[in-house]
Amino acid sequence: MSRQATRLDAKKVNSEFLTLTYGALVTQMLRDFENVDDVNKQLERIGYNMGMRLIEDFLARTSAPRCLEMRETADRIQQAFRIYLSVQPTISNWSAASDEFSLLFDSNPLTEFVELPTDLSNLRYSAILSGCIRGALEMVQLEVQCWFVQDQLKGDNVTELRVKFVRRLEEAIPAGED
Amino acid sequence: MSEEIVFDCLHAEIVNYCLDNRKDQNDLATLEYIGFTTGYRLNERLTRDVTRFKDELETMKFICTDFWTLIYKKQVDNLRTNNNGMYVLQDRAFRFLTRISPGAKQLEQAPKFVAFTCGLVRGALSNLGINSTVTAEVQTIPACRFHVEVNRS
Repeated sequence: MSRQATRLDAKKVNSEFLTLTYGALVTQMLRDFENVDDVNKQLERIGYNMGMRLIEDFLARTSAPRCLEMRETADRIQQAFRIYLSVQPTISNWSAASDEFSLLFDSNPLTEFVELPTDLSNLRYSAILSGCIRGALEMVQLEVQCWFVQDQLKGDNVTELRVKFVRRLEEAIPAGED
Repeated sequence: MSEEIVFDCLHAEIVNYCLDNRKDQNDLATLEYIGFTTGYRLNERLTRDVTRFKDELETMKFICTDFWTLIYKKQVDNLRTNNNGMYVLQDRAFRFLTRISPGAKQLEQAPKFVAFTCGLVRGALSNLGINSTVTAEVQTIPACRFHVEVNRS
């Protein structure tokens, strides 16, 4: 088997492969569910499940210590995006209480080759990202809310993902111990 | 490469999703179809700058070398053909099976993890003008054999 060695850029192809696979999944969901909201929910859930696993990989890879405040958490999330999707979101729009911030994406690898038909304006195509963040943070005892404020697929200039700290999850005390 | 884990997780979730909503746990058609559309579109991009393949065998070789390397980080270990439209691609350490421990119980689960790839190969071939049926056979984890049968008509 000797064709000349691969001329294709492996890294690029990898991300295209991910993009296309994700696209095929979304398409399939739209076929399976009549309601776009259900698709959003499913995507979010899938992201949540992935986040729960990815955080393990992330912690093992970076050996990051525990975050003591949201600013550190924001940096870690940014780092995670760099590692896993090779994009660098900008962190901005901190709320006065420092419990809420935005991640700004100039480009979103998941939405490459994607255009939303007009009748799907309710679809949150990248809902998997917010699910991922929520799932991953829950594994480090942080409950957050995560939603899209702007989306390039809907004509905005940037994709903006808002993250809001809700509360710190307490370790449950094992039964029988005080 | 770091993105690999992302894809592995996504693949696992897709498998979950496809089987969650089905009554019949052996119904892998959706999973295969997701693979098919992915393979079809992916190959559209991969073969953009490649010179036209001169025959079916060369196309199969492309799948076994370039295509496989890009997605599964290794070449297919063995390609056999009867020169009459039947091809057997053997991968001795198939990526989606390498994290599963070998054993009879896990073997039952194996079809779930290869269905996507069957579709992927079928889609990739379909975009190159080869209409085929792809099935997979797992005898011992993590080895896997893909049977490609070209449909002539």
